[in-house]
Amino acid sequence: MENIISIFVKSIFIDNMIFAFFLGMCSYLAVSKTVKTAVGLGVAVIFVLVVTLPLNYLLNKYLLTSGALAWISPSLAEMDLSFLSFIVFIAVIASITQLVEMVVEKFAPALYNSLGIFLPLIAVNCAILGGSLFMQERCYANIGEVTAFAVGSGIGWLLAIAGIAAIREKLRYSNVPAPLRGLGISFIITGLMGIAFMSFMGIKL
Amino acid sequence: MFKKIFLEPLFKGNPITVLVLGICSALAVTVKLEPALVMALSVIIVTGFSSLILSFLRNTIPNRIRIIVQLVVVATLVIIVDQILRAYAYNVSKQLSVFVGLIITNCIIMGRIEAFALGNKPWPSFVDGLTNGAGYGLILVAVAFIRELLGSGTLLGVQIIPQSWYMTNGGFYENNGLIILPPMALIILGIVIWIQRSISKGLIEKQ
Repeated sequence: MENIISIFVKSIFIDNMIFAFFLGMCSYLAVSKTVKTAVGLGVAVIFVLVVTLPLNYLLNKYLLTSGALAWISPSLAEMDLSFLSFIVFIAVIASITQLVEMVVEKFAPALYNSLGIFLPLIAVNCAILGGSLFMQERCYANIGEVTAFAVGSGIGWLLAIAGIAAIREKLRYSNVPAPLRGLGISFIITGLMGIAFMSFMGIKL
Repeated sequence: MFKKIFLEPLFKGNPITVLVLGICSALAVTVKLEPALVMALSVIIVTGFSSLILSFLRNTIPNRIRIIVQLVVVATLVIIVDQILRAYAYNVSKQLSVFVGLIITNCIIMGRIEAFALGNKPWPSFVDGLTNGAGYGLILVAVAFIRELLGSGTLLGVQIIPQSWYMTNGGFYENNGLIILPPMALIILGIVIWIQRSISKGLIEKQ
């Protein structure tokens, strides 16, 4: 249990997807003009992460890692399909995203319209595939830890995008040097937020 | 036509600083120059060939499932690149860790396929893919150059700042530890954008 809580907190603050690994920056910069759409996208990202990560974990464990196929028959124990992991992970992610898109279109048309092209682009949101690849690299022990990591990194991503959206809403009233306007200042603010988040690094969990 | 395809992605239509695509993987690999160069090369290869292949297929892919088809093609190319890196440049491959896999979700690739390759003939698409990858690589290498030089005093692992300058040897110089931290990549990129937009005023965003 302690382990799960520590993974959860760590993935929100210390290993934050945006500030520590810059994952999901494209949609982070493009959809962060108003807080409402930013939060909507953040929730969608959490949802997709929470569904895809445990799924990919199971696929990784029982299909892809070396010797994973031993449960079918002992003769397959030598097989190592890990080179297929990219394609398996991205297929799972793309189909789940399609599902989320249909659900959002049906039940929240307003949100669907404001997210526009970025909903299908969750499929290519690096934070999602990055989550699966980190899961594979860090060798989490069981599905509980993986879920905690998924929820945590999703919340971390939501926090980051909600934060930058709130700042950018205020930024509209400030006098930024013309060449820095928009993209440039967003990068610099994200950098400063990242430095602020680094203060969590000293915490030992 | 070709001149436009060649030159635009490098500066005026640079995928990173103007179109805001593919930033995800752009920054995490820029602490050192060597992984940045390898990453840039991998991305150039993947963007070029994915545009080429999908441009060949563009009239046969049904519209509803095109994203999946694109992902399958891109993922296959990335797997090939990843296996080659593991075989011939294992150390760099270790340093790049998950970021080679993340080329799949690099928005530049999908963006160029959607915006260009699906509507154009294979040869221009191939060139477009290559030059967009090169525009991405240019920024990557520029940021990595600054970060490695100021952060570690080296370039490609070769010491550039003379040893006698360092404090420990009685000099006046100290490496800037802050530059190596992840957030500084963002700030350097912000400054790069600032410089670029100061030079070509047309890129300045409207208020």
